[in-house]
Amino acid sequence: MNDMPISTDEIVLWQFGWLKLNATILYTWVAMAVLIVTSIWLRRELSSKTRISKMQCIAEIIMDSIRQQIGNVSGKDPIRFVPFIATMFLLIATASLLGVVPGYIPPTASFSTTLALAFCVFIAVPIFGIQDRGVGPYLAQYLKPTWLMLPFNLVAELSRTFALAVRLYGNMMSGAVIGAVLLLITPLFIPVLMQILGLITGMIQAYIFSILAMVYIASALSERPNPSFANQTDVSVNERVDKVSTSESAAAKGN
Amino acid sequence: MDNTGIIAMVSIIVAGLTTTLGSIGPAIAEGRAVVQALASLAQQPDESNTITRTLFVGLAMIESTAIYCFVISMILIFGNPFWQHITGQ
Repeated sequence: MNDMPISTDEIVLWQFGWLKLNATILYTWVAMAVLIVTSIWLRRELSSKTRISKMQCIAEIIMDSIRQQIGNVSGKDPIRFVPFIATMFLLIATASLLGVVPGYIPPTASFSTTLALAFCVFIAVPIFGIQDRGVGPYLAQYLKPTWLMLPFNLVAELSRTFALAVRLYGNMMSGAVIGAVLLLITPLFIPVLMQILGLITGMIQAYIFSILAMVYIASALSERPNPSFANQTDVSVNERVDKVSTSESAAAKGN
Repeated sequence: MDNTGIIAMVSIIVAGLTTTLGSIGPAIAEGRAVVQALASLAQQPDESNTITRTLFVGLAMIESTAIYCFVISMILIFGNPFWQHITGQ
């Protein structure tokens, strides 16, 4: 009954006493190595001139959109949260993109990885909250609206962390399992389509995981959204979209 | 029928039922959410950033119920604790 391995944790590659090296850790290291090598390679050709390399342009686009999204969600200066959120986004996205390499199973398809990532969020929420508003006001928000809500607030804190982990795990694992099942029924072509769908799912899940982490952190911050950071960087894009849409509607009227 | 047969039968039937019922509800809910979001996008294209982001977060929240059901049916089929207890693995 257990011929389909449900997790990469059970594949132990190397063991020394209590120290085990399973496939999940190895695949995480591969994703980390890809990220580190790319960053080192990227750093060598960084420049502040007008002409920049393609890689730098891609990296700037990614970082800028992450910063925009964080600024929109939190309504505060995004620079404090960028290292934490962007790290998780890049790791999850790289892991799911590497899933197209034959033999590579994304480490996020194992519950231990996603639980560890969700635990990082669980720890980061009070750290950012206390940093932003101090110990007393942060702890006082658990007593809102009345002190009767204290147990519910605590349970909500735990259950949303668990939900964060299960969501990512279920999505990534389902891609792997559906691929394996379809390989038995219809080999060759249909599993490829599911792999493509898995790529989209992986990117969306990486986005959702980091956005939800940011939403959880933002809920612990003080409620004084700085309007200058909300939608600040979107203005140029919106203006461009407006121009396009107005010209389009003008053209449509002309017709 | 002995215990092993009952456990196997109940596990398989319930696994199918879990995924069936657990995907009907979120499918309806996601459809309604997307319909509403598309209507809002048609009314206010300027707010597309906010609407899309909220839609994605909401869809993730809705979809997680389906994912819970899927995980439970996977556990029932591949990692059933009662089955493992009976077969002594």
